[in-house]
Amino acid sequence: MTVRASVDGIDVVVPEGTLIIRAAETLGTFIPRFCDHPLLDPVAACRMCLVEIEGMPKPQASCAVTLTEGMKVRTQMTSQVAEQAQAGVMEFLLINHPLDCPVCDKGGECPLQNQAMTAGRPDSRFGGPKREFPKPLAISTEILLDRERCVSCARCTRFSEQVAGDPFIDLLERGSDQQVGIAHDEPFNSYFSGNTIQICPVGALTSTSYRFRSRPFDLVSVKTTCEHCASGCALRTDYRRDFVMRRLAWEDPAVNEDWNCDKGRFAFTYMRHGRLSAPLVRGSDGVLHEVSWSEAIAFAAKGLSALSPSVAALLGGRLTNEDAYSFAKFTRLVLQSDNIDFRNRPSSGEEADFLAHHVAGTGLVVTYEDLENAPIVLLVSLEPEEESPIIFLRLRKAYRKSGLKVAVIGPLLTRGLRKLGAQLLSTVAGGEAATIDSLLAGDLRGSQSVLTALKKKGAVILVGERAASSAGAYSASIDLANETGAKLAWVPRRAGERGALDAGALAGLLPGGRLMADAAARADVARVWGVEPSDLAVRRGKPQEKILREISEGKIDALITAGLQISDAPDVDTFKQALSEAKFIVSFEQRLSDVSSYAHVILPVASVIEKGGSFTDWEGRVRHFNRALNDSPAVSDSTVLGMLAKEMGAPNTGWRIDEVQYEMAKLLGEGPTGTKKEFKRAGAPTIEAADVKAPPSGSAVLSTWHQLLDLGVMQGPEEHLAGTRRPSQVIISPGRAKQLGVATGDLVTVSTVNGVVTLPVEIDEIHEDSVWLPMNSPGSQVLVTLKAREGATVKVAKA
Amino acid sequence: MAAKRSSQKLRPIITEHWDDPNLFTLAGYQKVGGYKALKAALKKTPDQVIELVKASGLRGRGGAGFPTGMKWGFVPKKGDKPRYLVVNADESEPGACKDVPLMLADPHLLVEGVIITSYAIEAKEAFIYIRGEVPEAVRRVSWAVKEAREAGLIGRNVAGSDYSLEVTVHAGAGAYICGEETALLDSLEGFRGQPRLKPPFPAVAGLYAAPTVINNVETIANVPFIVTNGAEWFRGYGTEKSPGFKLWAVSGHVERPGIYEAPFGITMRELLDYAGGVRYGRDVKFWIPGGSSVPMLTAEHLDIPLTYEDLAAAGTMLGTGTPMVFDTTTSVVKAVTRWLEFYKHESCGKCTPCREGTYWVVDILQRFEQGDGKKTELKLLDDLSNQIEGRSFCALGDAAATPFPAAMKYFADEFDLATKTPVDKTFDPAATMLKSPVAV
Repeated sequence: MTVRASVDGIDVVVPEGTLIIRAAETLGTFIPRFCDHPLLDPVAACRMCLVEIEGMPKPQASCAVTLTEGMKVRTQMTSQVAEQAQAGVMEFLLINHPLDCPVCDKGGECPLQNQAMTAGRPDSRFGGPKREFPKPLAISTEILLDRERCVSCARCTRFSEQVAGDPFIDLLERGSDQQVGIAHDEPFNSYFSGNTIQICPVGALTSTSYRFRSRPFDLVSVKTTCEHCASGCALRTDYRRDFVMRRLAWEDPAVNEDWNCDKGRFAFTYMRHGRLSAPLVRGSDGVLHEVSWSEAIAFAAKGLSALSPSVAALLGGRLTNEDAYSFAKFTRLVLQSDNIDFRNRPSSGEEADFLAHHVAGTGLVVTYEDLENAPIVLLVSLEPEEESPIIFLRLRKAYRKSGLKVAVIGPLLTRGLRKLGAQLLSTVAGGEAATIDSLLAGDLRGSQSVLTALKKKGAVILVGERAASSAGAYSASIDLANETGAKLAWVPRRAGERGALDAGALAGLLPGGRLMADAAARADVARVWGVEPSDLAVRRGKPQEKILREISEGKIDALITAGLQISDAPDVDTFKQALSEAKFIVSFEQRLSDVSSYAHVILPVASVIEKGGSFTDWEGRVRHFNRALNDSPAVSDSTVLGMLAKEMGAPNTGWRIDEVQYEMAKLLGEGPTGTKKEFKRAGAPTIEAADVKAPPSGSAVLSTWHQLLDLGVMQGPEEHLAGTRRPSQVIISPGRAKQLGVATGDLVTVSTVNGVVTLPVEIDEIHEDSVWLPMNSPGSQVLVTLKAREGATVKVAKA
Repeated sequence: MAAKRSSQKLRPIITEHWDDPNLFTLAGYQKVGGYKALKAALKKTPDQVIELVKASGLRGRGGAGFPTGMKWGFVPKKGDKPRYLVVNADESEPGACKDVPLMLADPHLLVEGVIITSYAIEAKEAFIYIRGEVPEAVRRVSWAVKEAREAGLIGRNVAGSDYSLEVTVHAGAGAYICGEETALLDSLEGFRGQPRLKPPFPAVAGLYAAPTVINNVETIANVPFIVTNGAEWFRGYGTEKSPGFKLWAVSGHVERPGIYEAPFGITMRELLDYAGGVRYGRDVKFWIPGGSSVPMLTAEHLDIPLTYEDLAAAGTMLGTGTPMVFDTTTSVVKAVTRWLEFYKHESCGKCTPCREGTYWVVDILQRFEQGDGKKTELKLLDDLSNQIEGRSFCALGDAAATPFPAAMKYFADEFDLATKTPVDKTFDPAATMLKSPVAV
């Protein structure tokens, strides 16, 4: 339904329910505003957007009135009443606003400053004392508040309450004493707090890390893609003289809308600390020495040539699509090996089969928009707020706006899930498949509405990468999708995983989900690579866990690693063992890592701002970005692989980014040259649900996932951000707490034969047989300390 | 035009038995016929009660004068949401003092009105939101509700009927803004009291987003009389557009301040006579008909009939119908300054014009009070009033913009004088005090 009305005498036809301020925008008329934000509920508090409406005695707030049939609206462009009303409000807003624009971070990009130019007076009629507050007020370690600059538009408080679901800030006091504030000892530790800085129409909110660092007009802005997780946020990277000053969310309605998370916003300084500037080669003295690029490439090529094809490539999930693709190609073509895996995390053969069958090269199947319009979204082994925060925001939006039903198969309704009004289908880790089976069989208590909703058109199942630790979970998810007709999507945590999968960085898979074993698919890839099908590796390779074992068994001799960390691996000991026994290790690094001490050659590569490329988000949407710092001498992994390939005498096929992207477009069906062909796909995994047995007394089944802000290396030096982390705690059920005789905050130990984690306890309605630990947070590094993965049986005791 | 109407005399209806010290008890109230109206109402259908009140022409006594029956009729009777009645007993307007005495003297009248009104709009739950600064009123009404519940008049099967009702008494925490009906709802729900965006109006989505009727105490108190005596009887008082009678709470510089009950159409001069005239035989300098939020009038306007329509024609409003009288010892500059200080202190902060406007206007007025005003600032004050009025979020912002322009209309000289001479030099502050010695 549309309505016809007029704005400033110009006819407009807009959908029913369109706000006047939006309708005016379609005509190119910008009505000044402060409190209005298209993604927040109207509040009409600032009164800046007043317009005249024929037949109404008073000017009306155009941000809160919808256009109705025949309505005649006159904005400041044609109405003196509107113009004067706006000028009056602007004058009021400025009386208490400090004249500190020259030192204010917002100066130069400030809606108040800009609109004061159009709606303000040249001089002030106010002669009294201005309102003052002590400043700045640290409302968290990351966010600072200058209350005297605030215009009480309530964008920040509404964002926190409505969008993030974290009402940790609110307006306090009344009248001219009104101010934004936090509760005593309850800082603004929201994962999305940085967005409030960006939507603040004045300089009242600033970040500790950027405050007073730069002026907007000295910055060069580049559109980039976030490298932290698979949500795929478009970012604005602002740099000054080859130095990134800050990052913001770039508006992208299809993906992150106007938002991003604090990790994406603030965790970028890892790029400037401890970077390697020259290649390192381990000398006969056993020590790493800086060498020239030509020496390092020659050394690496010689080592790899000698051991090829007994070589494997481990990629770790952080690479851009282009780099992952180049590794996939280099391994098959130059190393003559299919030993490649992008998953340096708990993974499984079932997962590899699932990905090959259902995910690799399928393009956009489920989108953010699908989540928003779904009748239900069922989450399996996925904690969206911690593992894919933009999915969380979109689910919350749909839950608030259209009552989206969210159901989750997991051990606990976390705070994040409660913000989605989620229904819990409770299970211990490892019981996901069994739960899905009984959901389908209709004998899971209280789940009938979930099953009914899943059968509706548009229903979505999201399965997270942690399903790899739960035998049968991927298989059961496919069954559930097939039985109900719901769409099924896979949500990895890291930004590079989906792209690496599509690029063929997994044993047995060529780019675009083509099977190595399929002669037609091999021929197609070989054609694009300009080689014969027989030039590609033939023997089916191994996944990471087997690769590591085979190194220890002497079956694989050499390794190439890229952006890898031992502490992420599911079995740290085996990893270290393999690294120490490998005959030759070439490591692609931005900074020294825990792999470096084992490596024979370390090749320094570019960070995401020093190269162009793309990431593929969980949807399968390719998120291109341009090189931000053009003067950086750093080179991409692809370029380095090209140098190695040349040195090793490989066929001269493209390794430059434009060549890589051209090839990828051909193979993955993206862009104008893209031709997506259908090849044979892998079959679905059919792993039976594991038997779930109750743990013995004193023990529990471990549930664990990464918190958004944790000990991840890319958050490394950002201590202001680290201050907003959630506290590390162990979660047990009230029954277990009673059994152990512990109260909230008491110390509890969780242990395996390998180690002990001791943390304060939080008592929550978690599955009676479960215990939860943060995966990689201060005091709780599950893989390193307990050497256990999700679903393991662990001992729980009072400390 | 005033002369054409017959003069209206005092006629105690609501206040008839207020002299009885036991009226506040159930027994005392029933002795004078209390709760008979309820029984009569329960014999009618809810819609019949609404029609009756519509026919009576009863208008809201909270200030805006909206037709009560029409308001009740807006509440959708279908739908799965509950309906609520909320009584606005947050009487905080400077000069208004009618609801609090009513709640102290005759709390059961309010309770009876609440039950009838709830029945009419088919609400199963009613809330009485009482200004927290008057614990006595909270105690009396709470006591009355308790007595009524024990007597079977509230709770399951009200007075033996099929109708059930719960009544909750809630004390506010002392904010003028919570007298604004949507801010009151926020406050009642446990939030910080700030007005809500309309639409949706409370009749559609009010308390807990359910259909809600919000009525003033005095409005509700009229309902039992209308039920007992009928719409025609009610219309026999007052004028066509302002039917009925009113609690006129006369305060200020009069000999006998207090509540005088009389039909609409009585004049201020008559009310002044009942109140013993201006103290010490002085003259009226200015008066406001109904709370500080309505523009002031002067001695010239004493013969205007006190009705919604006549006062509107005179450029002011009936408001809460609680006239405040100021004699010739009063500095209008000082009075306006005090009012604006009140509005500044009580501004909720939500919208810019009220929050910043009152801050600025008070800054200027306080300098005028010190004899330090500038002539150019009179134009500025006028501009600022225009920048607030009609631009603010709720009516309370508009109210803050009324005192100055009205005062300038009649007493521009005094503001001129305040650009040179401190107000206290022109008007002896001791003389204007209510308890001032006679011979000042």
